[in-house]
Amino acid sequence: MNFELTEEQQMLQDSLRRFLANEYTFEKRREIIESGKGTDAGIWNALAEMGLLAFTFPEDYNGLGGNGIDTMLVMESFGRALVTEPYLATVVLAGGLVRDAGSDAQKQAILPAIASGEKLMALATYEHGARYNLAHINTVAKGDGSDYVLNGSKTAVIHGGQANQLIVSARTSGDARSEDGITLFLVDADASGVTVTDFATHDGFRTAEVTLKDVKVGADAIIGEANQGLPALEKAIDQGIAALCAEAVGAMDAMTEATLEYTQTRKQFGVPISKFQVLQHRMADMFIHAQQGRSMAILAADSADSDDREARREAISQAKLLIGQGTREVGQAGVQLHGGMGVTDEMWAAHIFKRLTLINLLFGDADYHLGKVSDALLQKIA
Amino acid sequence: MDLNYTPEQEAFRQEVRQFLQDNLPDDIRERVQKRLRFTKDMIVRWQQILYKQGWGASTWPKEFGGPGWSEVEQLIFEEECALAGAPRQLDFGLRMVAPVIMKFGNQEQKDKHLPGIVSGDVWWSQGYSEPGSGSDLASLRTTAERDGDYYIVNGQKTWTTLGQHGDWIFCLVRTNKDVKAQEGISFLLIDMKTPGIDVKPIIMLDGEHEINDVFFENVKVPVENLVGEEDKGWTYAKYLLGHERTGLANVGQWKAMMRRLKEIAREEQDDGHAIIENPRFRDRLAQLDAELRALELTVLRVLTNATGPGPEASILKIRGTEIGQRLFELAMEATGQDALAHIPDALEPDYNGPMVGGMNAVPAAGDYFNMRKLSIFGGSNEIQRNIISKLVLGL
Repeated sequence: MNFELTEEQQMLQDSLRRFLANEYTFEKRREIIESGKGTDAGIWNALAEMGLLAFTFPEDYNGLGGNGIDTMLVMESFGRALVTEPYLATVVLAGGLVRDAGSDAQKQAILPAIASGEKLMALATYEHGARYNLAHINTVAKGDGSDYVLNGSKTAVIHGGQANQLIVSARTSGDARSEDGITLFLVDADASGVTVTDFATHDGFRTAEVTLKDVKVGADAIIGEANQGLPALEKAIDQGIAALCAEAVGAMDAMTEATLEYTQTRKQFGVPISKFQVLQHRMADMFIHAQQGRSMAILAADSADSDDREARREAISQAKLLIGQGTREVGQAGVQLHGGMGVTDEMWAAHIFKRLTLINLLFGDADYHLGKVSDALLQKIA
Repeated sequence: MDLNYTPEQEAFRQEVRQFLQDNLPDDIRERVQKRLRFTKDMIVRWQQILYKQGWGASTWPKEFGGPGWSEVEQLIFEEECALAGAPRQLDFGLRMVAPVIMKFGNQEQKDKHLPGIVSGDVWWSQGYSEPGSGSDLASLRTTAERDGDYYIVNGQKTWTTLGQHGDWIFCLVRTNKDVKAQEGISFLLIDMKTPGIDVKPIIMLDGEHEINDVFFENVKVPVENLVGEEDKGWTYAKYLLGHERTGLANVGQWKAMMRRLKEIAREEQDDGHAIIENPRFRDRLAQLDAELRALELTVLRVLTNATGPGPEASILKIRGTEIGQRLFELAMEATGQDALAHIPDALEPDYNGPMVGGMNAVPAAGDYFNMRKLSIFGGSNEIQRNIISKLVLGL
């Protein structure tokens, strides 16, 4: 039992934070977001040079063999700086899926290209009406000789508009909610019949709606086994959730710090407003939420790589539940304590609040994950 | 970073578990697990059993007769004890006065007092709070005036937990009225058999006698019972607060109670189904389960931090007590209207009289009422937020 970082991890965290503090300023971030590109070549290449895009890939594929804890360190630093680069989409979700479930040929083709920074990917799995149920898939992939033809539409494809290649979940058998019969396909973003509509999100990221009309792919586009894609998909989403939890912890810390600084500067009734106990207790509660969140983000990171499905799912949902609730408490308190300034675009706190809010909505909000752990509890003890 | 216990720690856990299986008396286990009324005898008997094994004082270093366990081992020990149904050892001697004597007491005091604490022969009480001094403890007015080889103590202490059984009491007393409040306080050890001490029960809202008022009228206390230096007692008390707060996270106890609550949720009926099948109830249980897990991890983070528990321990006190209170609240709600009846005699193991509902309901409401104390004692949770604001956030 120990919570210490290794020397390498500590160095990585230090250098990444230094880099972001120097290069990823409030103004730079605003420029990147306003460009509408969803990524910045300079920043992305720098991350590639630091080895971060390959951190959790096996060494055989130009990676560094890192684990969930390494992802946590990166994402927490991103959360502190509100980095909007497509790291979650490309490295954690798509890269993780290929790493864990892909064939050797797929890994050879994809992982080094992600590592070098030249390839961006996205996971296209959620569908309208399904909310957060990963098994609820209406997109169909029909066999056509040795090929498949895909039809359907996908929503909440984070950084889909920036991706060169998508991973698409589609139904190859079973009915709309069946856990069997889901297959994962690699689909080039510029393939015939693929339409990607790119949107800005409220927090400076990008999301896309994807439609697939008679999109033809070969059998070699299948990741893992046909009809048995759900466990791999679920694990990838769990790793995404663990990454979001770490990002949220970084953002909660940033919000707490911004609020401490603001309330010690802002004066009313002749004193800094931080002198008022009612505000102090609210900040103490922000700190408690952030600390509780940190404990759970560590648990999520430690569990994310596990193939013990039941234990992993429980840990991940417990973490997203408490952190989802924490994002709300810390986000709302941070804005409230900034007073009128908190609802303006010029304040850092407002941007943190928006990211925290959207993190709760992503991949299952607090209620969804409460339902998950609650149902698991019934299974376990009834 | 590694969230697994080491093989040595797992082996240690097995050793503790085996010991508990072989040595925890059934009648004690039954009282604890059914949450019946506990007695001085069961606590003393259990303390003596642990003492014989060399485990009487899990938190003490070897040089004072402790097992010299690491903090993680201490946590494992407490958790296994709680899960096995062992009574909680009393903090007052083991975890409150003993660390102060070890750190600030002289050799005679160590020789005289520490052995009785670990063996269970001497029952200690705490004399801190006064009727006019709660959160503002430094305003305390119980005086100790020097008269030759004695201090003459006058005043009143209150909320003295289990003081009715007390052999000795450690007190904060005012020895100097001419300086700042914090600078005129001394730490005094007082034999409760000394003439002039009167212990009067305070009955709590659950109808039980757990706490007391202790009155001091011209009580003669030998000067050798002063710990450390005169007027330095506040420093020692603050040193002690860190110990108290880590213990108040109570993870082992709450894990045992969570296990019990899940049993209750499976047993209690809700319109023909177990209450666990009611999604409104179950969601709250699941929420609490997650919060308890977060608490446990936070405790481990604090314990394994090389710098030791600092003011961050206030988080553990706040969250630990909130979670504890919620556990008992849900246990009460699970039993529904069966919790209405107040049957104090049913808290004795040999009770054969009429009851409402089953044994889950007997202690349910009383425990809920009783546990409101958690967020009030040991520095109220509002005081803990003040501590976080001041010492952690720098406000």
